[in-house]
Amino acid sequence: MTSLTLRPTITPGVDRELKNHVTFKQGVSNALSMAGRGLIKVRRTPEQLFDVTLQPIIFTVMFTYIFGGAISGSVANYLPLIIPGILVQTVITTSVVTGVQLREDMDKGVFDRFKSLPIARIAPLAGALLADTLRYAIATTITFITGFIMGYRPAGGIWGILGAAVLVIACSWAISWIWAFFGMIGRSASSVQGISMMILFPLTFLSNAFVPANTMPSWLEWFVNINPVSYLVTAVRDLTNNGTVGFDALWAIVGAAAVVAVFAPLTVRAYMRKA
Amino acid sequence: MTSLIAPPLAATAATPNRDWAVEAHGLVKLFGANRAVDGVDLQVQAGTVYGVLGPNGAGKTTTIRMLATLLKLDGGEATIFGHDVRREPQIIRQLIGVTGQYASVDENLSATENLVLFSRLLGLTRKQARAKSAELLEQFGLTEAAKRPLKNFSGGMRRRLDLAASLIAQPPLIFLDEPTTGLDPRTRAQMWETIRDLVSSGSTVLLTTQYLDEADQLADRIAVIDRGTVVAEGTTDELKSSIGSSSLQVRLTDPKEVESAREVIERVLGATAVVSPEGSRITAPMEHVSAVTDLLVVLRERGIELSEISVQKPTLDEVFLSLTGHSVSDEEAQDAAAAAGSNDAASGASANTPTVSAADAAAADFESQKA
Repeated sequence: MTSLTLRPTITPGVDRELKNHVTFKQGVSNALSMAGRGLIKVRRTPEQLFDVTLQPIIFTVMFTYIFGGAISGSVANYLPLIIPGILVQTVITTSVVTGVQLREDMDKGVFDRFKSLPIARIAPLAGALLADTLRYAIATTITFITGFIMGYRPAGGIWGILGAAVLVIACSWAISWIWAFFGMIGRSASSVQGISMMILFPLTFLSNAFVPANTMPSWLEWFVNINPVSYLVTAVRDLTNNGTVGFDALWAIVGAAAVVAVFAPLTVRAYMRKA
Repeated sequence: MTSLIAPPLAATAATPNRDWAVEAHGLVKLFGANRAVDGVDLQVQAGTVYGVLGPNGAGKTTTIRMLATLLKLDGGEATIFGHDVRREPQIIRQLIGVTGQYASVDENLSATENLVLFSRLLGLTRKQARAKSAELLEQFGLTEAAKRPLKNFSGGMRRRLDLAASLIAQPPLIFLDEPTTGLDPRTRAQMWETIRDLVSSGSTVLLTTQYLDEADQLADRIAVIDRGTVVAEGTTDELKSSIGSSSLQVRLTDPKEVESAREVIERVLGATAVVSPEGSRITAPMEHVSAVTDLLVVLRERGIELSEISVQKPTLDEVFLSLTGHSVSDEEAQDAAAAAGSNDAASGASANTPTVSAADAAAADFESQKA
C-alpha cells in the first residue's frame, strides 16, 4: 500500500455547516443512485434474470399447448385469451422476488453502511423497487415475443400492446409493495418467499387468467369476479385484442393505487423501524 | 465536494463542541432481557484515537452502532461534536464514517462501482465520484483490483476498501469496529499505519478491538468494556501500570507446590498471582521483566522446580483477570462476582471454575449483531 497523503486536513466537526434533513431533490437522486446499484447487480449476476426470461417462455408455451384445445377448441383460438392472462400471471410472479431480494439485501453488511450515510432513509427501498420495474419490462417483452412466435396477432396494434405493457408493469410495481412489506417483516429470505407464494397463487390462479370464470362453481366465480387480478387481465385483453380501454382498466388502476396506499406506508414504517 | 465540506464558518449547531468528538453518558441498550450495553460512559477528545477494548459480546459493537445512529438508544445521552445522536441523526451521519464487519461494501459490485455509488449517494457528481474513487483506490493500493469482483479480494483488501468507502466524505470522526480482526500480522501493521495517517490528517478515530496490543499501538486513551459496562478507563500508560507491562507464566513440575510458589511470586513481584484452573500454571503481572531473576533465585532457594517459564505481553484475558477479577470467558465466575459483590471472591472462583463459556460469549455477540 502506498503511504497515504491525506494531509490537506479534514475540516473539524464543529466547523461544518450541517442540516438535519434531506431535501426531496436529494432523496430522488439517492433513490436513482440506489436503482443504478440494482441494475449493476443484475448485470453482474445475469442468472437472476432466469425467472423473467425463461419463466415467461416456459409458462406461455406450456399453458397454451396444454389448455388450448380443451378450453378454446384450438391453440390459435386460445392465444388471445391466454397471452394477456399469462402476461399478468408471469409479471406478478416475478414481482415476488422484490421482497425476497430486499430481505437478503437488508441482512447484508452494506445495508448498514447505507443507514450510516446522510441519505434519504427511504432511498434503498425506493431504489430496489424502481430497479425491479426493469425486470417486469423484460418479462413483459418476452411473453409478447413468445406469443408472436406462437402465432398471436393482437388486433389492438402496437399502442394496445404498449398500453397493456405499461399497465401490467405499473400494477406489478404496486403489488411489489406487498412483497416488500413481507420482506421487511419476514425473518429470513425463505420465509418471505413462502408467505409471498401463499398469497400469490390464489391471487393469480383464482382469476380469469387461464379459463373463463363462468365454468367455475358459483362461489369461486364470485371470488374470481372480485379479484383485482381479473380486472387487470380483462383490461389487458381489451387493450391488446381490441385496442380499447374500459372500466376494467380503471378498476385495475384503482386496485393498484389502493395496494400502494395501504402497503407503501406499512412497508416504509416497518423499514424505518429496522433502519 | 463543496456540498460535503462546508467552509469553516461558525457552526450552526446548538452547542458546538470543539474539544469532544464523542460524549456519551449512561448508554443503555436492551435486547430483550439482555442488557447488552449497561451504562457506558465515553468521552473522546477530538483529534485523538480512542480504543474500546473488550472480548466478544462485551457490548463494543452495540455501543458503536448506537453512536453511529444504527441502533436506537434505550437509555443515556450521546453527542457527536455537540450534536445529539437522538435528535439530529442526519447531522451525525454527515460527521461520521463507519467501518466494521457490519457496515461494509456491496459484494456484487466492483471496488470502483462501490466507491462511485457511495460518492454519488453523498452528493458528488458523476465526474467527481469517478475522480474521488480513483483517488481513494490509489491511496489504498487497490487500483489494480479496481474492476475485480470482491469475491476474489483478500481480507486485507476488503478492509482497505471498507475504510476507503468510509473516507469519501472526509468525516471528522471515524468508527472502526475491530479493523484488524482476522488479518495477518503484515496486513495488520499496514492497517495501523493507515489509521495513524488518518489521525495526523485531523480525524478522530474511535476503534474497538479485542487485542490489547492494538489498543496499545494506536490509542491515546482506552476504555476496557465488559458485559456492557466500562470497567477501566485511562491512557494506555495508566492502564498498563495497573496491569503490569508484561505477564509472567510459570508451570510447576509438582502441582502440590502451587500454593507456596504463588506466595513466593506474590511476595517477589508485589502483585496478585492467579493459579490456572488445572492448578499447575501460575500467571502474574510484572512491572519489570528483570524481576524474573530475583524470582528464580528465591524459587530455587525454596526448592520449587519449574517445568516451564515465559514472560509475555499481557493478553486481553489477563487484563480482564486483573481488572475484573474474572477471565474473559468465565461466565460462572462473573455470576459469582455479581453475587459476592467483591473481586476477591470472584478471582477465587475463576481460579477453580473451568472455562467453558466461550461459546456463550460468542453467541451473545452474534445476538447483538443480529438485532
